[in-house]
Amino acid sequence: MDNHRLSYRFDVDGDNFTSAGEASVKVKKILRDIGFDPETIRRVSIAMYEGEINMVIHAGGGVADVIVEEDRIVIILTDQGPGIADIDLAMQEGFSTAPDNIRSLGFGAGMGLPNMKRYTDEMIIDSELGKGTKITMTVRV
Amino acid sequence: MHSYQHSVSLDVEKCKGCTHCLRRCPTEAIRIRDGHAVINPDRCIDCGECIRLCPHNAKKATSDTLDSINRYKYKIALPPPTLYGQFDNLDDIDCMLQGLLDYGFDDVFEVARAAELVTEYTRRYLKQEGIVRPVISSACPVVVRLITLRFPTLVKNLIPILPPIEIAGMLARRKAKAEHPELRDEDIGTVFISPCPAKVSYVKNALCGEKSNVDCVVSVSDMYFELLDTMKNATSPLPVSRTGMIGVNWATSGGESSSLLNDRYLAADGIENVIKVLDEIETGSYPCLDFIELNACPGGCVGGVLAMENPYIARVRLQNIRRYLPVSQNRPPKSDDGKIIPEQYGIGEPPAVNPVSQFSSDRKTAMRLMAEVARVFESLPEIDCGYCGAPTCRAFAEDVVKGQASCDECVVRMREKMRKEYGDNK
Repeated sequence: MDNHRLSYRFDVDGDNFTSAGEASVKVKKILRDIGFDPETIRRVSIAMYEGEINMVIHAGGGVADVIVEEDRIVIILTDQGPGIADIDLAMQEGFSTAPDNIRSLGFGAGMGLPNMKRYTDEMIIDSELGKGTKITMTVRV
Repeated sequence: MHSYQHSVSLDVEKCKGCTHCLRRCPTEAIRIRDGHAVINPDRCIDCGECIRLCPHNAKKATSDTLDSINRYKYKIALPPPTLYGQFDNLDDIDCMLQGLLDYGFDDVFEVARAAELVTEYTRRYLKQEGIVRPVISSACPVVVRLITLRFPTLVKNLIPILPPIEIAGMLARRKAKAEHPELRDEDIGTVFISPCPAKVSYVKNALCGEKSNVDCVVSVSDMYFELLDTMKNATSPLPVSRTGMIGVNWATSGGESSSLLNDRYLAADGIENVIKVLDEIETGSYPCLDFIELNACPGGCVGGVLAMENPYIARVRLQNIRRYLPVSQNRPPKSDDGKIIPEQYGIGEPPAVNPVSQFSSDRKTAMRLMAEVARVFESLPEIDCGYCGAPTCRAFAEDVVKGQASCDECVVRMREKMRKEYGDNK
């Protein structure tokens, strides 16, 4: 059974904004080599990309764990950032706390979390102010 | 796909088995085996990057010889706009077209004319509702092949229109038949003068779907020297170029997209940049863009490995040549057959996806093999030295699992092993 579960860990560097999104590209290659269908790959890579960007913008980076099973892919993003004060508000499209310099790059449109929810089958947010955030997303195949 | 004919090949005699091409091949198609490079035909996209990099000139682009065109009774040259930028002090395209006729061609049909048609159809295509955006140009055959191998989700973004070279071949052939009804099909030879090996492969493999309307592909560099001679003794030019600014612009990166009358475009050139952009489109990074122009060669087609001139010089020359040209000289009628892209120029089905990197068609097996790759990879030094003959430690791990290499070929691991066995002093 052990063979049918693959897990990967990626460090998301919070100091280097330009490298944000690299883990998502690596996951995409893995899923492609296993032979998942294009739509599943697309959903996973978008959800993961948005999550990565969020960790870089808001939490100074973190860790992305990706667990691949035959019938589902689970992405767990863990950071030691400031936490999310109001999750319902954060989930609203267009709501963003991103600073101006990030917005000027075209990010911070308030679509990150909503997109992560849209492209996955399940998303659980665990967040504690001052401690950090853990987001678990599942894409079923 | 083993029958795919490539036009990038290796001269084993010249190859020293160094790692220049190995490291830079964008699809990891190269391995070093028995002291020289081996190109995996399933993965090679004919981009020509290895030809550019090889310090020993061991990589070659194969194209048809100039002699081979003589087997046709009626020869039509299909010069691309890139060719116009190869010559010093050429200010009149007609001089060069006359040079082609003086060389021995019976007619000339500029590929830039077909490019202007593609521009107009693309504009109309982009105005439709409900198409998959961003639309990706289908003009560069390297990009199309790369997408089918590595970006399966983006196949449906490719604009379903034949590339200018194919449309030019079709129109040239039609013109010849109209002017010379006595000619049989096999008498007519359409000869594309190519700046890159990928266009050679495009024709040889009939990537347009059925048999290509282009019969021969010779290289810009071969034709260049012949043209220098014939142009020197040129008679006053007869043919009248029918290309506008837009057609000429297609030779350089950004030319195709800047003529779309739509600012929501991106143009990237150079294979590594192209891959980066495709990766980002796949993750949904550019939701506001309508059109993506991608050229595998740096600077666009002028940067092809079969071109003579430095691409930046060629670009400057083209800017001079196009200065007093009309914007466009080729506009298709409103609607040929009620379709946005007429059937004769269209691509019915998107090109077939060919996931070469996939480990197995069975997911269970693939996952087991992937776990195996991860296990092998952990034992490797992650320095990507290339001594084993694979471009990276990860690629080596994949080769080991596929049974194409043995763990002992890793020099670093071997050294560790020796040290353990014989101690530090040996």
